[in-house]
Amino acid sequence: MTATHSLAAEELTLAYGERLVIEGLDLVVPAGSITAIVGANACGKSTLLRSMSRLLSPRAGRVLLDGKAVHRMPAKELARTLGLLPQSPIAPEGITVADLVGRGRHPYQGVFSRWSREDDAAVAAALEATQTTTLADRAVDELSGGQRQRVWIAMALAQQTDLLLLDEPTTFLDVAHQVEVLDLLTDLNRTRGTTIVMVLHDLNLAARYADHLVALAAGQIHAAGTPAQVLTEDCVRAVFGLDSRVIEDPTSGAPLMLPLGRHHVDTPAEVSPRG
Amino acid sequence: MTAVVPPPAATVDAVARNRVRRSVRRRLVITVLAVLVAAAFVVTLMVGRTFYPLDEVVRVVLGERVPGASFTVGRLRLPRGVLALVAGLAFGLAGVTFQTMLRNPLASPDVIGITSGAGAAAVFGIVILSLGGTAVSTVAVAAALGVALVIYLLSFRGGVAGTRLILIGIGVGAMLNSVTSYVLTRAGQWDYQEALRWLTGSLNGATWEAVAPALVALLVLGPVLLGQSRNLSALQLGDDTAAALGVRVERTRLIAIVCAVGVIAFATAACGPIAFVSFLAGPIAARIVGPNGSLLVPAALVGALLVLVADLVGQFALDTRYPVGVITGVLGAPYLIYLIIRTNRAGGSL
Repeated sequence: MTATHSLAAEELTLAYGERLVIEGLDLVVPAGSITAIVGANACGKSTLLRSMSRLLSPRAGRVLLDGKAVHRMPAKELARTLGLLPQSPIAPEGITVADLVGRGRHPYQGVFSRWSREDDAAVAAALEATQTTTLADRAVDELSGGQRQRVWIAMALAQQTDLLLLDEPTTFLDVAHQVEVLDLLTDLNRTRGTTIVMVLHDLNLAARYADHLVALAAGQIHAAGTPAQVLTEDCVRAVFGLDSRVIEDPTSGAPLMLPLGRHHVDTPAEVSPRG
Repeated sequence: MTAVVPPPAATVDAVARNRVRRSVRRRLVITVLAVLVAAAFVVTLMVGRTFYPLDEVVRVVLGERVPGASFTVGRLRLPRGVLALVAGLAFGLAGVTFQTMLRNPLASPDVIGITSGAGAAAVFGIVILSLGGTAVSTVAVAAALGVALVIYLLSFRGGVAGTRLILIGIGVGAMLNSVTSYVLTRAGQWDYQEALRWLTGSLNGATWEAVAPALVALLVLGPVLLGQSRNLSALQLGDDTAAALGVRVERTRLIAIVCAVGVIAFATAACGPIAFVSFLAGPIAARIVGPNGSLLVPAALVGALLVLVADLVGQFALDTRYPVGVITGVLGAPYLIYLIIRTNRAGGSL
């Protein structure tokens, strides 16, 4: 497995109705690595991710996959190369894990084509990779939040795409499950070379797990590069309006951001966080 | 892409077994339902003021001339039975299509006013415009599509939200039902039976002329809908997930709406809006099939079974003869109340 697919945005402008969300954005996703997109609420992170997987048509500019505009590609062909796990996917009532993961095979099936051994193998591989094999017969709505998230990732894996986009894959999970999901994604990246792009809220986990960090502010890229380059005190102030200290994480060497509020710290914040 | 480490064969086998088990369950249910539908259909042809044994009924259906039976079964009961079958299949299929597409059991065409639109237009066409036959069907279909479009546009605000569409649909449906009631009061010579057809649905006086358009619509549009069943199943995961799986969401939705509205409008033009069949068929099918694949075929069969059995009950099981829609209405109304209570308890997520 080599990372051969390139994903980039060129002069991308996105809008919902009259409201511009992203304006003239250029972004190159490094192939075979983990990219995390961070930014304040409503800065356009999810919108950018939706557009890169062509759920939202650009007002101007293009999203290019291997040099081709994704919005012009046949839907199923794109779905065999690029997968997306949205922020809140819906599990139909009573659906079992095996059934849900099997839905990931949709781009490989036509109206009349039958299930093949290959489809079963893809589902099995996805279950194994996410350690959900023993849950196969369980109903998805009976699972814990962490298990459910692994099952959704398994569905995206069954799609067997070289690129995987995830919109806040760790929301609603406790810290142990957040780390578990991010470890799983790192495994995928390291063993299969899957290019991963994810929107994350937790800056410190993003800095630790991402090879490439993109900080978004007001529909523009404020900074992009390695976590050490991007996650600085100036960047946190500019992107989140928050005073902070950034130190080296003693366990990983990645930058670690410590927020300074108005209380409980020796040198309180000069500016208060945005309301 | 191939996995670096191939999955253990045991897991692949387990996945395959799991899948086979689910499809066996689904096929078994479909087979049993099909047998029951066939049995109910045959019974419909056999019983009545005069009882005809199975062999005579079969001979009539095969085109043989049987004194007595040929007229009663061939001219009276057969069109009625076929209409029950076609309408039941159409209501079941269209209902589950809407419910699946909008991810909400309340979203069936009879709850959100689409059948009311077809019914109101048919009554208006017959009573006010003195139309008949195909013209009535045409008006009904146009009205159903028009109502679907109006509901869609009224509830569209940067995307269609299920709950908003349902509430608007219920309102539109209530308006259209009042149109039907008003038009019926203008029809002085109209007898009670005929009025009930357009209020709750009835198979009385079914003729081949009335059955034919509904049958053709089902044969043409039904397969198109079945062709979309995989895409509809993907839509259950949410629009974004479906799109990420390579489903062209808007296109799927458009095809599904047009076909579902088409089959149900032609059926409604023939027998009126048989109450609650499209609303009930999907959830009943879901109960017996379980989460084991597309519900389109099972729900269509449940719809047919509901109409056939309800018509038998309405005709023969009670001391007065009731049109089929009265019986299905009695079944459907409590379920509607149950569903609303349950969704309220679940936090109103519908």
